[in-house]
Amino acid sequence: MRTGYRLTRWLGAAVCAFALLATGAHAQSGPPIRIGSTLALTGPLAATGLVHKVVGEIYVEQLNKRGGLLGRPVEWIVKDDQSKPDLARTLYEQLLTVDKVDLLMGPYATGAILSAMGVAQRYDKVLVHHTFGIPSLAKYDKQFPAWSLGADPGNTVPNTVLTALAASPKAPKTIAVVTSKFPSVHFMSLGAREVAKKRGLTEVLFLEWDFGNLDYAPIAARIKDAKPDFLWVGAIGLEGNQLLEAMSKIDYAPVEHFYMYPAPGPMSKSPLAKNALSMTVFEEHPPYSNAPGAKAFIDLYHERAAKAGIPDTNVEVQAAASYTAWQILEAAVRATNSLDDAKMAAWLKANRVDTIQGKLRFDGPSNYGDDLMRVKQVQNGRWVTVYPKEYAAPGATLLVQ
Amino acid sequence: MTFPSGTLLAQSALSGVFIGSMYGLLGMGLGLTWGLLHVINLAHFGLAFLAAYVCYQLASVGGMDPLATLALIVPVFFALGVAVQWLLSRFSVSPLNSLLATFGLTAIIEAAIQYFWTADFRKLESVYSGQKLRVGGLFVPIPELLTLVLALLLGFGIWAAMRYTDLGRALRALAEDAPMAAAFGVNRRAHALLLAGLCGALAGIAGVCLALSFTLTPAQIYAWVGVVFAAVMLGGLGSPLGPLAAGVVIGVSEAVTMAFASPSWAPIVSFSLLIALLLLRPGRT
Repeated sequence: MRTGYRLTRWLGAAVCAFALLATGAHAQSGPPIRIGSTLALTGPLAATGLVHKVVGEIYVEQLNKRGGLLGRPVEWIVKDDQSKPDLARTLYEQLLTVDKVDLLMGPYATGAILSAMGVAQRYDKVLVHHTFGIPSLAKYDKQFPAWSLGADPGNTVPNTVLTALAASPKAPKTIAVVTSKFPSVHFMSLGAREVAKKRGLTEVLFLEWDFGNLDYAPIAARIKDAKPDFLWVGAIGLEGNQLLEAMSKIDYAPVEHFYMYPAPGPMSKSPLAKNALSMTVFEEHPPYSNAPGAKAFIDLYHERAAKAGIPDTNVEVQAAASYTAWQILEAAVRATNSLDDAKMAAWLKANRVDTIQGKLRFDGPSNYGDDLMRVKQVQNGRWVTVYPKEYAAPGATLLVQ
Repeated sequence: MTFPSGTLLAQSALSGVFIGSMYGLLGMGLGLTWGLLHVINLAHFGLAFLAAYVCYQLASVGGMDPLATLALIVPVFFALGVAVQWLLSRFSVSPLNSLLATFGLTAIIEAAIQYFWTADFRKLESVYSGQKLRVGGLFVPIPELLTLVLALLLGFGIWAAMRYTDLGRALRALAEDAPMAAAFGVNRRAHALLLAGLCGALAGIAGVCLALSFTLTPAQIYAWVGVVFAAVMLGGLGSPLGPLAAGVVIGVSEAVTMAFASPSWAPIVSFSLLIALLLLRPGRT
């Protein structure tokens, strides 16, 4: 009886101690750490802006469940920049001077990030950003890119694509480069021309159109007329689908075709996009999904994105880059055990950060590290990574028509 | 610059005719309210896109045939057109202020579209989507052909009504000299509301054509403004056939430019043509 009583007391004490330890690990005290950012929640970029909002909310929620930062809860203040870079600039000023946030997180889209970068530079703040498209314009030394494009994507990205195609069963000999003049895709397409030339491909067509073009039919007719083995489309968002539809209307399907920044959901779901290629830093399959935290993030994102009314609930480049940005900021605060921007920037430049994209470094030109862009392809209505082999989805290889 | 093949040139010109008919269809309602009511109704673009989204919703979720949605869309957008005109006349908005007021209304419509359908892309997949005819070496897509046929029917129908009916004569008289027309018993207010309703219905029909041929996003509203304005200016205010003819001229000139040279030159060529025609046409003031 006495032994049973003692055992009960010991067990009780052990449970209490465990409970205390557990509570201690998640205990948060003091005022919250305030992280400020803007996102394109309305206006033309709102569809993607919403992806970043959902990811940010998930990350901050998970972070607070893990005990916050420096023992303090984390509060995210996000303002709507209405897809306007000039407004983003004003709001970042406001975040620092009126809201007095402790840390900054970048907005969505290259124009808004450039605006935020200017403000961060004026106040000497660290700015981690999600999907900045033109690395050569990132001059500020305390900005850190979460999208692992590399410092010279105009050269490295086309090289990766053409290397993948050269290794395919039907290596192309001729190329057509057609491109939007949208800044972050135009320089990539010009890079593709140079790379293709160096690799001995014959350019049979080069066309440029202004962003916002309404009629893709004549462009489609010219592509059909040129009969390229490989079609490089410097398209952003809707443009890729519009060109595919125009080609279909004149009964033409490109042999091998690549789209720089397509709207991922609409393109993968389009029956016209069979075997279309693009680039990625993350897809919902191994080895990406084996990264620590990736599986839980994917599951939670599916649920929250559906609830937010996002039509395509798959985690791909935008959502992954967004999650990575938060991972970078958290790593810097934890490693330096402070909110000091100078210390965090110095640490980030000297260390690598484990993210769901892989290990990122920031010691190259403009704080860019390796180009981790891989080739993905639409197969059976979904995007799968096909090159390089070690990042390919299980059993997936590059398919040609 | 390389000389394109005959097939490429003909296919491009054909696509120019189709996109031009879309410019003309959108411009028809805009030009009529501008010319006859002295209202520069930018909300016409917003209403057209709203109709496109309504068509998308009824067809893709409700399972209706996109063309059958016209039976609902035309009366509803007629009523919306009347409502906009009633508001503008209620507050005696001047032509210049109508531009500003209807621009604001367009922004509100855009926000409402974004609220209900989000800013993401919406594509109407219908029985017409992939259909095309083959004529010799040329391909004729059915949705674009429907737009052209509707634009021609409406253009000629309204032209005939304006020319041969009492209602049309009354509307032209109002535009020419409103006090004199009123002295002859023309009810200015009722006729203005009727015409605005007709233009609202035209926006609804243009919206259905947009949904049939184009992927929709709310921000696309503004992509059409410049070129449709050009078609209206070139075709003449208050004319139903003018914007259609001008739209086809602009569309073909853009498409042929794209066939010969870089597509990025297309707007330069079409707007240069606009400036030249505006400067050189007889009777300009």
